[in-house]
Amino acid sequence: MSNSENGSGLLSIGVYIVAIVFLIKLFTLQITNPTYKLQARNNVVKKMTIYPSRGLILDRNGKVIVSNDAVYDINIQYNQLYKFPLDTLLFCELLMTTPEFVAKRLDEIKRTTPNKPTPIVKMVEQSTFARFQEYLYQFPAVTYTTRTIRRYPHGGGAHVLGYLAEATPKKIESSYGYYELGDYVGTTGLESYYEDYLRGKKGFTYQIMDVRGRMQGVYKDGTDDIRPISGYDMVTSLDIDLQTYGEKLMQNKLGSVVAIEPSTGEVLAYISSPGYDPNLLAGRYRGHNFMELNKDKTKPLINRPISAMYPPGSTFKIPSTLVAFNNGVHDPSWSYHCSGAYYGGGVRVRCHGGHFLPNVISALKQSCNAYSCTIFRDMVMDSTLGSPEQAYKRWRDGIMAFGFGNVLGIDMTGEKKGNIPSADYYNKIYGRNRWKANTIISVAIGQGEVLSTPLQMANMMASIANDGVYYTPRLLKYFVKDKKIYKPTAEKHVVGIPEYFFPDIKAALAETVVSGTAARLKSTDFDFAAKTGTAQNPHGKDHSMFVAYAPLDNPVIAIAVVVENSGFGATYAGPISSLMLEKYLNDTISSKRLYLEERMLKANLIWEKQDSTVKTNMILR
Amino acid sequence: MGKARQHSQNQYDSTVIIVYLLLMVIGWTAIFATQYDGTFSLFDLSTNHGKQFLWMGVSCLIFFIILGFDRLLLMNLSFIVYGAVVILQLSVFVIGAATKGNLNWIDLGFFKLQPSEFAKLATAMALAKYLDTPQVRFNTLKQRLISFAIVGVPLLIVLMQGDAGSALVFLSFVMVFNREGLSNWFIYFGLYIIAISLLALSVDKFLLIGLVVVLFAVILAYIYVVLPRERTVVAIIVGLMLMSIGYIIAIDTAFHSILKPHQQDRINIIIGKLEDSKGVGYNLEQSKIAIGSGGPFGKGWLQGTQTRYDFVPEMTTDFIFCSIGEEWGFLGSCVLIGLFVLLLQRLITVANRQRTVYARVYIYSISSIIFMHFMVNIGMTIGLLPVIGIPLPFISYGGSSLLSFSAMLAIAMKMDSERLMTK
Repeated sequence: MSNSENGSGLLSIGVYIVAIVFLIKLFTLQITNPTYKLQARNNVVKKMTIYPSRGLILDRNGKVIVSNDAVYDINIQYNQLYKFPLDTLLFCELLMTTPEFVAKRLDEIKRTTPNKPTPIVKMVEQSTFARFQEYLYQFPAVTYTTRTIRRYPHGGGAHVLGYLAEATPKKIESSYGYYELGDYVGTTGLESYYEDYLRGKKGFTYQIMDVRGRMQGVYKDGTDDIRPISGYDMVTSLDIDLQTYGEKLMQNKLGSVVAIEPSTGEVLAYISSPGYDPNLLAGRYRGHNFMELNKDKTKPLINRPISAMYPPGSTFKIPSTLVAFNNGVHDPSWSYHCSGAYYGGGVRVRCHGGHFLPNVISALKQSCNAYSCTIFRDMVMDSTLGSPEQAYKRWRDGIMAFGFGNVLGIDMTGEKKGNIPSADYYNKIYGRNRWKANTIISVAIGQGEVLSTPLQMANMMASIANDGVYYTPRLLKYFVKDKKIYKPTAEKHVVGIPEYFFPDIKAALAETVVSGTAARLKSTDFDFAAKTGTAQNPHGKDHSMFVAYAPLDNPVIAIAVVVENSGFGATYAGPISSLMLEKYLNDTISSKRLYLEERMLKANLIWEKQDSTVKTNMILR
Repeated sequence: MGKARQHSQNQYDSTVIIVYLLLMVIGWTAIFATQYDGTFSLFDLSTNHGKQFLWMGVSCLIFFIILGFDRLLLMNLSFIVYGAVVILQLSVFVIGAATKGNLNWIDLGFFKLQPSEFAKLATAMALAKYLDTPQVRFNTLKQRLISFAIVGVPLLIVLMQGDAGSALVFLSFVMVFNREGLSNWFIYFGLYIIAISLLALSVDKFLLIGLVVVLFAVILAYIYVVLPRERTVVAIIVGLMLMSIGYIIAIDTAFHSILKPHQQDRINIIIGKLEDSKGVGYNLEQSKIAIGSGGPFGKGWLQGTQTRYDFVPEMTTDFIFCSIGEEWGFLGSCVLIGLFVLLLQRLITVANRQRTVYARVYIYSISSIIFMHFMVNIGMTIGLLPVIGIPLPFISYGGSSLLSFSAMLAIAMKMDSERLMTK
C-alpha cells in the first residue's frame, strides 16, 4: 500500500493533455479550415451531362429513316482497381474485346483520369450489354452510362444523311463550351448541316456518387439540375423507297443519281455510288469501318452528286440551244442539214450520221452535234451581239442562269461550282480578240472546259420541266418540334428564257424517248421526256449521262443519272433513270420492263477497281 | 461517509456505468449511420449495426454476470485467465486466419475471435494479482522483471502477429509501473528512445550519429567538470552513447530491409517525408475531409457523405470517429472527447480510492489501456498519429473489442463496489 499515495501520475495529466491537443486539432479541422467542406462536396457531387435525344429524320412520306438506339459506354474507375481487381478475361469475353485493347485503354485512363469513371469500352449494343449486366456485380470498379447512337432502318441514303463523329478539338473550341471531349457531332450530310437543330440542348444533373462512382441519388433533390431539350425532328424531301431502289440499281457502278420535284426544288433521291450502309458508321465499330471505307479504291465516302464534276455532254445542248434562241439566234423552226460532222475554222466535230433536220425537235431528239455547234457559232459570231467576246459573255450568263458554274445552295456542305469558262479565261489562254466560236466550239456540246455536277444537271432538267423556273434544291422539307412545323421558304429562280420557247424544247425531249436517242426506253405505262449524254473521258471509257422528267404534263420528278465509264447515255444511265421514274410514278415496274431492271441490277461496271478483300472486313453491329 | 459505508455493499459507480452505456449507444448510432442505405432494417444480423446490437446485448449480459461473481474468485482466477488467453493467442499461429497482414483472428464461423483484445484484460488482471501478492512491493529487480514479463509475453506475441496497434496498447502498462514506483528515468529513457527512433527514420544516419556523439561529448565534458572521477557515471554515459549508435544503425537497417514497402510509406507519411493523397495517405486524407467537413455542428445524423459513400476506409471499426466528426461536427466531437475524459478521470479517481493493491493496479491498468486506445485511435483519424489500426473503445464495431472492454469495466465496478470490505 506504500505506493498508493504516489498520485495518479502520468495518466491523469496525459488524459487532459491529449484531450486539449485533440480539441485544438479538431478546431482547426472543423472550424477554421473551410476547404474540407468543399473537398467533401467534390468527392460526392458529380456534374453529369444528360444527353438530349437527337431529332429523328423522316422521309417525305413520314417513314423514319434515322432513329436512335440505346448503347452503353462501360466506364472504369482506375483508382478502385487496387481494391477490386478486374477479371480481365471475363470482362473481355462478356464485352467481346481483347485483353490487349483493355490493357491499352487502362494505361490511357491511368494517365488521364484515374479518379473518375472513364469509358473503357464504348457503345456496347443492347444485346451484349444485357449479358454483361448480369455479371456487373463482379466488377465493382465498373459503371456504365447510356447514350444513343443513330440507326438506319432502311440502310440507305448514307451520303445525304451523313454521320456523327467525335467532336474534334477544333470543333470543341469553336463551340464556346457546348461540346466536350467524347461528344458526337454531325460531321457530314444533313447531320452536319442541321446539327444545331437536330442535336437539341444538353441538360445537366448533379448526382451523388459513392467512392466507386455509383449513383446514390440526386444532389439537392435535383433543384440545380437542368433538363435537356430534345432536338427537332426532321422531315426530309427524300422518298426513301425511291432512294433505296435507286441505290440498288446503282450497285456495282460508279456514279450519281439526283431526282428533284420541279415544283418545289425538293430532292426526292440523292444517290452516290458506290455507297455504304450508314449503320456501318454508327456504333462501336465506327472507327474500324471508317478506315476500311477510306481505304476502298472505289471511294465510297465521296459525295458525288455535289462534289463530282463531269462534262455534261449532250445534255448541255438543252440550255445551250435555249440561250441562243433567246438571243435572237435562229428559232425552233430553223432547219439544218447535217453532213455528218461540223466543220469550221479547221475543226471538225463528228456527228453520228448525215441527216436533214427540219426543226429543233429533230435536232435534239437525234442529238445532232453539228446543229448545236452551228447554233453556238452563229450566236458567238453574231455581230449584232457585239464582239465574239461580248456575245460569248451573253451566252455564258444565259447558261449560268440555269444554275451552272456556281453553287446552287443545296442544304449540304461541300457543293462544287462546276465550271462554265469565262471570257477572261479564254483571253488569258488565247489572247484578247484572238479566239472565236470555233476556237472554243466544244463547249457547245458540253465538252471542253465545261463541268457540271449531277445536281446541276438534275436542276437544269427541273427548270425545263417548270418552263424556266427552278427552286433551290433542298433536302429539308420541314422540322417538327412539339407538334409545330418549321418550314423553310422555297427560293425561286427564273432562268430568263421566255415561256414560248419551251413547248418545242419539251416536244424534242419527249420525242427523244419515242423516236430519238432513247427510243429503246419507251414505255406504254408512263410517258417522260429525256436527253441522253455521253461525256468524253480522257482517262477511260466515256461517262454515261441521262436527264429526264416525267410525266409530260405537270411533271412531278426531274432526274439526272451519271454512270461513270459506261459509254453511251442510253445504255446504263437511261434505263436506270427510266426505271426510277416508273417506280416513282407507278410505284411498280411493269412486267414488260423487268428484264431491264434485272439487267441494271446485275450490271457490274467496277469489278476491275474493286478489291474484294476490302468490304468483307467491315463489321456491322 | 457513514451513509456511503452503509450502502457500499452494492454501490456501483453510476458515472462510469452511465458513460459506458452512452458510449455504446453513440457507437451504435455511428455504425448505423455509416451503413445506412435508406432503409431501417435495425436488427438485421447481416449488417454490422445489427451484429453490434447483438454484441451490445451480450456485453450487458456479461457485465451483469461479472457483477454477480465473487470478488475473491475473480481475483484468484486472474492467472488462469491470463494463461488461457496466452494459449489462445498462441493458438492463432496454428489455426488463425491470415487477414490484412495481421495474424490475429480465430474464425469461429459466427464470430471472429480476436484473442489480443482479451489479452489486454487478462494482462491487467494478472499484473494486479502478482503485485497483490503480500511479499511483492515492486521494488526489487526480480519483482520488476516478473512484472515486465507479465506484460512482455502477450506484447511479444502480438508483435509477432504483426499487430502494431495492440503492441502499442501493452506499452500503456508503463504508466502503471510508473505509478507503482518505477522511476521517471525509465520514462525519460523511453522518450529518448522514441525521439532517436523518429530521428533515425527521418534524418541521415551518419548525420544523426554525429549529432549523438557531439551531444554525449558535451554531457561528458560537463560531468567531468562537475563530478570528476565518477567512473561509473562516465561508463554509463559512454555505454549509452554506444547503445544509441547501435540502435540508430539497427533502426535504419530494420526500416529498409525488414519493413514492407507499404509500411515504410505509412511511416514516411507520418513523419512528413512523403506527401501522397491518393496512395497510402489517401485514407488519412479522406478521414480528415470527413471530420473537417462536419464543421461546427455537423451534417446531421445519416447525412455524412464521406462515411456513407465509402470514401473513408474501415469506417465502422478504426475510423468510426470520422462518422461522429462528420455528422455531429465539432460539438459532437467535443461531447465524445468529454465523455472519454469523464470516464478516464472517474476511473482514475476510483482507482485511487481502492484499498487493495489488486483493485488499484487493475483499475489503473484498464484506465491506461482505454486511454491508449482513445489517444491512438482519435489521434490517427485526425492526422496526429500514424495510421495504426486499433478500435475506439465502446464505439468501434467489433464483438471481441466490445466484450473485452465491457468485461474490464465490469470487473472494475465489482472491485470498486466492494472496496470497503476487508480482504
